This record gives sequence, structure tokens and C-alpha cells, in this order.
Amino acid sequence: MNKKIMVNVLLLILTVTLAVFPLVYARDADFGGADGKAEEVIAEINSQYRPWFSPIWEPPSGEIESLLFVLQGAVGTGFICYYFGYLKGKKKPERD
Amino acid sequence: MFNKKITLTLFIYLTLLLLIVPDRAYAMHIMEGFLSPGWCGLWYLLTLPFFILGLVAIKKTVTNDPKLKMLLVFAGAFAFTLSALKIPSVTGSCSHPTGVGLGAILFGPAVMAVLGSIVLLFQALLLAHGGITTLGANAFSMAVAGPFVAYGVYKICRLLGAKLWLAVFLGAVLGDLATYLTTSLQLSLAFPDAAGGVAASFAKFASIFAVTQFPLAVSEGLLTVLVFNLMSVYSKSDLIQLEVIPDEVGIK
Repeated sequence: MNKKIMVNVLLLILTVTLAVFPLVYARDADFGGADGKAEEVIAEINSQYRPWFSPIWEPPSGEIESLLFVLQGAVGTGFICYYFGYLKGKKKPERD
Repeated sequence: MFNKKITLTLFIYLTLLLLIVPDRAYAMHIMEGFLSPGWCGLWYLLTLPFFILGLVAIKKTVTNDPKLKMLLVFAGAFAFTLSALKIPSVTGSCSHPTGVGLGAILFGPAVMAVLGSIVLLFQALLLAHGGITTLGANAFSMAVAGPFVAYGVYKICRLLGAKLWLAVFLGAVLGDLATYLTTSLQLSLAFPDAAGGVAASFAKFASIFAVTQFPLAVSEGLLTVLVFNLMSVYSKSDLIQLEVIPDEVGIK
């Protein structure tokens, strides 16, 4: 049991490391969100291209956008934790 | 032994790859309005049969065993959460994992065509991330190509006798990468390079998209293995039911 927990903790640490490493490795980068910048690549290939459709609704500010992203993550995480909590609770009587 | 060697070789190869990449990259879904109507329609049509197959598969799963309903939602929630995490990458820009490998491995790839599309729809409508016109194309890459590759890699690894964790890891990593390679292909088909055509364009997009995605794909692989570890402790019966692990045999 203990070994399994260790492995899982290690997996989490590795994941966090993978996310932190770029911040050190590419220190001077701007770490921009991708969407807008992909336009540049396309413009390079086909400078004539104009998008023919715009988003119906856009978050009015970066704050609102991050709110919605956090909401998305929180809702997902909420269910994930609920699920594992449910499983853990269900399993307990079997062990006793 | 065999597994270890392959893992190590892969790791070294990909680490080297990361060290020589260009230092700017942009990777995520195709933006609203950035595919011409013809391409949008084509990708919608290509995604549609998988979406229908997915609906059938979900109905079958839920009817056969209502107990699995929660696990199904869980697979969706996993994709939902991971898609919200924009993580910095070595190329100096951010992208997010897709989280579709887990559900594909558990329920088969078709199911994720539906769950992945729901995630994309949410992001297109509320976050202006991706788009409605490009939803078909983005769904094809993230909800069809990714899950099918994840499932295929996982199955092949298992047939070759790989341990569960390794098969899950490689499935999730390559499924994630496949999503962004598909995105690159879609963009290069729509925007062929004036000189080199689709191939040159693909090289350009793929070197950008896939490299940024690589560390995130590894993260997704690690997290998917983590989930499988937890499931093997807490819901072994579900894994046996889904024939992910054989009955009566522990997993390592």
C-alpha cells in the first residue's frame, strides 16, 4: 500500500516538474496563449487569408476568461474528487 | 527488460529533440473562422459518423451496466479538467493536454468522440477558444484521432505484453500528440505552403505544434497512469468489468 502511495506522489511531482521546468529553461519567453499567435503562422503562409467568422461571444477580459477556465477546471476536479471519495467510502466496509 | 530499453531510448530521443527546437511555438485548437467553409464542412462530416458511433457505444455501456455511468462521467470530467489547464512548455508558450486517452482506454475510442466534443463545445461557446465553425475539425483531432490513437497504442502494447502502466502511459502520451499532429495536418491542408505545398506546411505547423505539446503529453501520460493506479485500488471491479485487467490477476 505504502509503495503505491509513493509511486503516485512521485507521478505528481514529475508532472509538476514538467510544468515548472519550462519556466526556468525558457526564462525569457512570453508564454503567451496560443490562439492569437497561430494567426501569424498562417499569415506567413497565406497573407491573403481573412477569417470569415468571429466568435459569437468572447470573454470581455482576461479576468473573465480565467474565471471561466478556472470554473471548467473546478467543475471537472470537483467530480473527480467526488468520484474517488465515493469509491473510497464504498470500499471501506469491505476492508473492516 | 525490453520495455525498459524502449522507454529509455524514447526518453533520450525525445529529450534531445526538445533541446534543438525553435524557441517559439503556438499550439491549441484551430481558431474560429480560420478554416474555409469547405474544410469546416468536410471535418464536420468526417467527425459525424464517429459521434454517432459514440452515442451508440455510450447507450450500450450504460444499458449493459448502469453502474459504469459514473465512471463515464469521470472520463468526461478528466478531459474537462485537463483541457482547462494551460501549461507552460519548453518552447516558451502554453498549451493544454486533452485528457481523452483515459476514456478511450477505458471505454473504447468512440465514446470520447462524444465526450471530447462536449468539452470543445463548452470552450468554443464560453471561452472563444477553438470555434463553432472549426468545431468539426477540432473534434476530429481531439475527440476522434487522439482517442483512436490512444486506444490503438494501448491495445498494441498490451498485445506485445507491456505492463498495464506502460501501455496506459504510451497510449495517453501518443494520443495527446496525435491530436496536435492532426491539427497540424488540418491547418497544412487548408494552408499549403506556396513553395513546398502541404508537406512543407505540415512540417512548419507540426514542428511548432507537436514540440510544444510533447512535455504536456508526458504530463497527461503520468496523470492517466495515476488515475489507473487509484482505480486499481478503489474500483478494481470496474476495471475487470471493462476488461482492462483480467479477472483475479493483480496489476503491477
